[in-house]
Amino acid sequence: MTASLSFDPIRLPRECDALRAEVRAFLAEEIAAGTFDPHHPGHGDSYNRAFSRRVGAKGWIGMTWPKQYGGQERSQLERYVVTEEFRVANAPANLHFVADRQSGPILLKYAPEPLKMDILPRICRGELCFAIGMSEPGSGSDLFAAKTKATKIDGGWRINGSKIWTTSAQIADYMLALFRTSPPTKENRRHGLTQFLVDMKTSGIAVNPIYQMTGKPGFNEVVFTDAFVPDDHVMGEIDGAWKQATSELAYERSGPERFLDTFYVLPELIRALGPEPDLRGAEGLGRLVAQLHTLRRMSVSVAGMLQAGREPVVEGSIVKDLGTVWEQKLPGRVRDLAAFLKPERVNHTALEDQLAFATVIAPKLTIQGGTTEILRGIIARGLGLR
Amino acid sequence: MRTADFRGKTAASVETGVSNAVPGERDHIVADAAARILADFADPQTINKAKSGAWREPLWQALSDAGLPLAWVPESLGGSGASMAEGFAILGVAGRFALPAPLAETLAAGWLLTRAGLEAPAGPMTLAPSRTDDRITLDAAGRLSGRAAGVPFAQDCHHLAVLANGVRHKVIALVDVKDCRLNDGHNLAGDAANVVTFDRVTPQRSAPAPDGFDETSLMLMGSAIRSVETAGALETILSLSVAYANERVAFARPIGKFQAVQQNLARLAGEVAAALAVSGSAADAIAQADTFDEAVFLEAASAKIRTAEAAAEGSAIAHQVLGAIGFTQEHVLHRFTLRILSWRDDFGNESYWAAELGKHVARRGADEFWPLVTSR
Repeated sequence: MTASLSFDPIRLPRECDALRAEVRAFLAEEIAAGTFDPHHPGHGDSYNRAFSRRVGAKGWIGMTWPKQYGGQERSQLERYVVTEEFRVANAPANLHFVADRQSGPILLKYAPEPLKMDILPRICRGELCFAIGMSEPGSGSDLFAAKTKATKIDGGWRINGSKIWTTSAQIADYMLALFRTSPPTKENRRHGLTQFLVDMKTSGIAVNPIYQMTGKPGFNEVVFTDAFVPDDHVMGEIDGAWKQATSELAYERSGPERFLDTFYVLPELIRALGPEPDLRGAEGLGRLVAQLHTLRRMSVSVAGMLQAGREPVVEGSIVKDLGTVWEQKLPGRVRDLAAFLKPERVNHTALEDQLAFATVIAPKLTIQGGTTEILRGIIARGLGLR
Repeated sequence: MRTADFRGKTAASVETGVSNAVPGERDHIVADAAARILADFADPQTINKAKSGAWREPLWQALSDAGLPLAWVPESLGGSGASMAEGFAILGVAGRFALPAPLAETLAAGWLLTRAGLEAPAGPMTLAPSRTDDRITLDAAGRLSGRAAGVPFAQDCHHLAVLANGVRHKVIALVDVKDCRLNDGHNLAGDAANVVTFDRVTPQRSAPAPDGFDETSLMLMGSAIRSVETAGALETILSLSVAYANERVAFARPIGKFQAVQQNLARLAGEVAAALAVSGSAADAIAQADTFDEAVFLEAASAKIRTAEAAAEGSAIAHQVLGAIGFTQEHVLHRFTLRILSWRDDFGNESYWAAELGKHVARRGADEFWPLVTSR
């Protein structure tokens, strides 16, 4: 038989229960103190330096990393608990989340020791925000068409070109970016890109906001004009960034953030339906619950496989494909199921408000971090079709 | 429609298993043994071409010799005493072969008899009721009355394990099929699925069901079983589809090289993955649980809902990929797609369980929803 997919029924271990209780208590305190409003995603600032420092003080950023770099050496499954609880509470974690999820692990693997000792503990303390410099005006999904150039000079590299659609660049302290160090070869069009760590305070970097259709800034264009990056900021092999992508993709793509981004409309629907919904409401709700349970069990399974040292790249891509399509459709399903409810119900305004927000952000969910089409291409390759 | 209420039921002492799961090695050994037997005696290609049912007898003999049909019956009651996890592993394999014989039903019937400490007979068995609305009663004189629709493979079986309403409590009974009236029904795939009428039938033996064990418990177990089989069948549907896409040439290249086909097959893989994950989780939940509590309800109901959705979506994609050849009698694809589409209706269909799950979640309320999700 071709293509054996594996989703072991992994359960979160007991030690996660205490951690979950601790995380919920922390978030409840923050909510009580007015740091954020769990029922109104999109209200308030999703970047909160003071909040991220408090999260760091709890040991919940970089929590799986070695202690010598500020980590806690806890498991992927424990990190899973923290991530899902923050996401469901709509906690403002944007400042530290990208560093925690993917930038830190890349540094751990490829940065020279002094750089690791300098940067990783600061990530863990919640002090650093990272951006990811992948897309360019002429290269989005086609990552390896990137043209922004790094030219070797004495002691480092000179960067010229621009990145686009870069989330967090307006606030980021660092960016992990792909720059072209050599032209692609005939045999391998993916050859010639190198991953760099860029200090965003470097002169020659301009960040221009791009407003999203939500009416808020979120994207940026980042223009490099003779910006200098020192030699020790090269991450991994020169010209060989393409070899470094595989296992990180499984981390990036299979987490709870890939199906929980519009979750808030579901409890609000339950509130609106009341304790005795009609058959249409009950049946519609039940399907959504079963689908969510399935996605979460898949996602936990991938986290468990990662913890066990496996590289479930296809499984991770499947979780993101199914998860993002689901979270994108969720506001529409909830809207359908709430269509005949009386407008006098107590949470009418809250539900309308959440649906409006979720409906507007929904299109991005199947684009960011690998489009549906790209993911399905990866899955097809895993199936032996290309 | 009857409502299942699981609140406060966690304390009820409804046993779910013969023995607890020993995850890992042993499941694989048992699954491999089942796969070898089914490859030898129930190859879908061979059965599809067979002109008679002559393959049935040697298949059942081989399965029985390996102790597979009574895997969930302890040795003391005439079975082979496998774990719940091993039994579910056998059912996953049966699904991968779209087995047109009552192996899953015999396992389930043996398991049901064991709940009441009843000895299991040799030979193929099935169980009733298998539809959510059917009820069978046992009167004071010890006779069964009632009607059960869609009982899988009833006409191919020697015995029925029956869950009935006794005068004071639920009763589990072993019934000779010959003592019942059967219609001539079958499911979409042509497997027998009969309306079984009990007209004051005296069972061969009966005993009280454990406290708290009811039709809903039975439907949840049946749902978990059908979910595991469906996921197994979907695995084969995926490999058949991928193999075909890599072989079939159109417009001068294998159709699997076309992005439109690749995208469809990736979606199919997603449905297979979802079915595997949720059914595996439900099987694990039952293997680990002491009772048919809220956890088993959430897991088994979700598994039935999501695997039924995957069956519909996955079948449609596979048939689209295989085109006309996949719509022929000659090709084996229908053996898998029609069975998983039929299985949606056994032990509560996806709409039934969705309504039950929705009602349950609504009763718990909005603030208790996320805690419920994270309890699994």
